[in-house]
Amino acid sequence: MAKVIGAVVVDAEVCKGCNLCVVSCPTQTLGLNRDVNSKGYHYSYMENPESCIGCSNCSSVCPDSCITVYRLKVE
Amino acid sequence: MSEIAERLKSIIRPENQVYKKSSVLNDVTMHYCPGCSHGVVHKLIADVIEELGIQDQTIGVSPVGCAVFAYNYIDIDWSEAAHGRAPAVATGIKRIMPEKTVFTYQGDGDLAAIGTAETMHAVNRGENIVMIFINNAIYGMTGGQMAPTTLLGQVTSTTPYGRNVDLNGYPLKITELIAQLPGAAYVTRQSVHTAGAVRKARKAIKKAFELSQKNIGTCFVEVVSTCNSGWKMTPVESNDWMVKQMFPLFPLGDLKDGGKEATEPFQMKG
Repeated sequence: MAKVIGAVVVDAEVCKGCNLCVVSCPTQTLGLNRDVNSKGYHYSYMENPESCIGCSNCSSVCPDSCITVYRLKVE
Repeated sequence: MSEIAERLKSIIRPENQVYKKSSVLNDVTMHYCPGCSHGVVHKLIADVIEELGIQDQTIGVSPVGCAVFAYNYIDIDWSEAAHGRAPAVATGIKRIMPEKTVFTYQGDGDLAAIGTAETMHAVNRGENIVMIFINNAIYGMTGGQMAPTTLLGQVTSTTPYGRNVDLNGYPLKITELIAQLPGAAYVTRQSVHTAGAVRKARKAIKKAFELSQKNIGTCFVEVVSTCNSGWKMTPVESNDWMVKQMFPLFPLGDLKDGGKEATEPFQMKG
């Protein structure tokens, strides 16, 4: 069975750290960074990059459209 | 570590991209508070406009409220209306340019309070416009005052002991009122609190835009939304509060689907 692996890229400067993507992630991939961006927000990042399946849940609920999602099928 | 970096490098390639920001959205950071539902709805509208390929043929009318700067974010033609008068302005635009897709984007203070008359009469006339209604049960921009849609018992800055029915009346379910009007073609209530709800809301907004191009009446999409700043909660808490408190009064689903010719009494589905 083909396995799906994914990755997300968060635009850290646009992210406002609202946490909605973190709770919407079914695989606990995302988390809020301890660092802050130039506006002082704890931006979202891939805490567990190996668990991402590229489901796009995070990008659907993101109010600031700062998440780009990539998905790849591997045999 | 390098193994993970290598792996990410193999995934993050243009051919593997499954979601990116719509090209109809301008490349600016929105002024909305973190977690505000406005951003999600803006994104859905931009996605739908891009998918239907109507960026040049769409005119939006922005309200007074937090979404007053919507014209900075969605790259289409916009007009700004006086408080509550967006349906009247949209009526004029659509009648002068019937080939265009015209939509209004209003909050509950704009559409359900000061603009109730314009809203009801525009729908009653069956104007061929789309109305997007963001219902967050509060006046968000001005500091969280009571709105017509505020729930009974809800604490706001003007109802510090909770909304009282004797003093403030009942919450206004304006979408139910709209659905009874014969001019309404498609009336639906959606939400954007989960990925599944976002997908359904996107489908509803797309359907509204498509029906509006057929000129069969007014399409009305209510989005039950959060205002975490006004409610004094975190974005995640406010989503939970919305599900628990707002959904019983504002149940999601289609309220009317058909053309403006339908005169049968409104029947609630779901």
